[in-house]
Amino acid sequence: MSAKSQRRWHIGRVTNIRQETDTAVRLKVEVPTWPGNDPGAHVDVRLTAPDGYQATRSYSIASSGDTTQVVLVVEELPGGEVSPFLTHHLAEGDELEVHGPLGRYFVWTASDPDRSPVQLIAGGSGIVPLFSMASAREREADHADFRLLYSVRTSRDAFFCEELAAMSQTNVNIVHTRESPSGSTRPPGRLTRDEINRSTFPASVRPRIYVCGPTPFVETIAQSLVQLGHEPVQIRTERFGGTS
Amino acid sequence: MSHLDGNALAGAFAETLGIDITAATGRCAGCRQVFELANTRSFVTAMGKVMRCSHCDSVLAVLVSNRQELLANLSGLSWLTLPRP
Repeated sequence: MSAKSQRRWHIGRVTNIRQETDTAVRLKVEVPTWPGNDPGAHVDVRLTAPDGYQATRSYSIASSGDTTQVVLVVEELPGGEVSPFLTHHLAEGDELEVHGPLGRYFVWTASDPDRSPVQLIAGGSGIVPLFSMASAREREADHADFRLLYSVRTSRDAFFCEELAAMSQTNVNIVHTRESPSGSTRPPGRLTRDEINRSTFPASVRPRIYVCGPTPFVETIAQSLVQLGHEPVQIRTERFGGTS
Repeated sequence: MSHLDGNALAGAFAETLGIDITAATGRCAGCRQVFELANTRSFVTAMGKVMRCSHCDSVLAVLVSNRQELLANLSGLSWLTLPRP
């Protein structure tokens, strides 16, 4: 699949809404004019009030490939302007304006001849674009080795639990920062450099690394990766913030 | 406010100038460093969007949109290169 270049505003219709976690919803949006998208891309979603006021926010896309279905997972940020509307007031059948697919930097495509191992590292809802990449890898019979390290507050906050558990092409490792699931021997806590070293591809195999999460998470992880010997050019990062 | 990165400005640049900023490389007019624009520090507010150099913090670009027009100031970039679409 080549880079999708039809970047413009599209009208989509919400076909399915389900609770992903206590605070996040999974939205399926049918966008008839959607050109499909490469795994890892994002969209801008625009809401227009009756008085013409507009608010736009970016969300990563969980779906990928030649499909007109755009799947988003939206976490509610209390006091936000857009996310409470999307998580509480949006209904199936509603229309949404979406712009994209956006971003060629933070994508992984199966058509890429580079078969270097791929290391995915997610913090919180930063899992969404990385899930899209792992799902695309899942559709290929033979391709690069994939590993996912997913840091999440508690098991109740994890996205895509069933899909991640069923993955056969990506080695999935979920760590919890606030509360460990029963039976876990790992005490809750943030990822340390030693832990990253133990549970990711070593620099010697020159993995391509994708890191997505809140800004402080991404900067801490990227710094640890460089200290572990990974070249900065091998590390791709995408930050998101709590302004929505 | 917390900064994001150049990925967060992809939609605004696509809408204003029709380019994918995340695929671009640029040079800071302040410190002369060359970098991928996806790795710059970006600030997103309701008033507009600001891209700053992650090395020297100079303002690289400002994008503002209202109902009538879109405004782009790229004076902090000496140049930028983009792959052909």
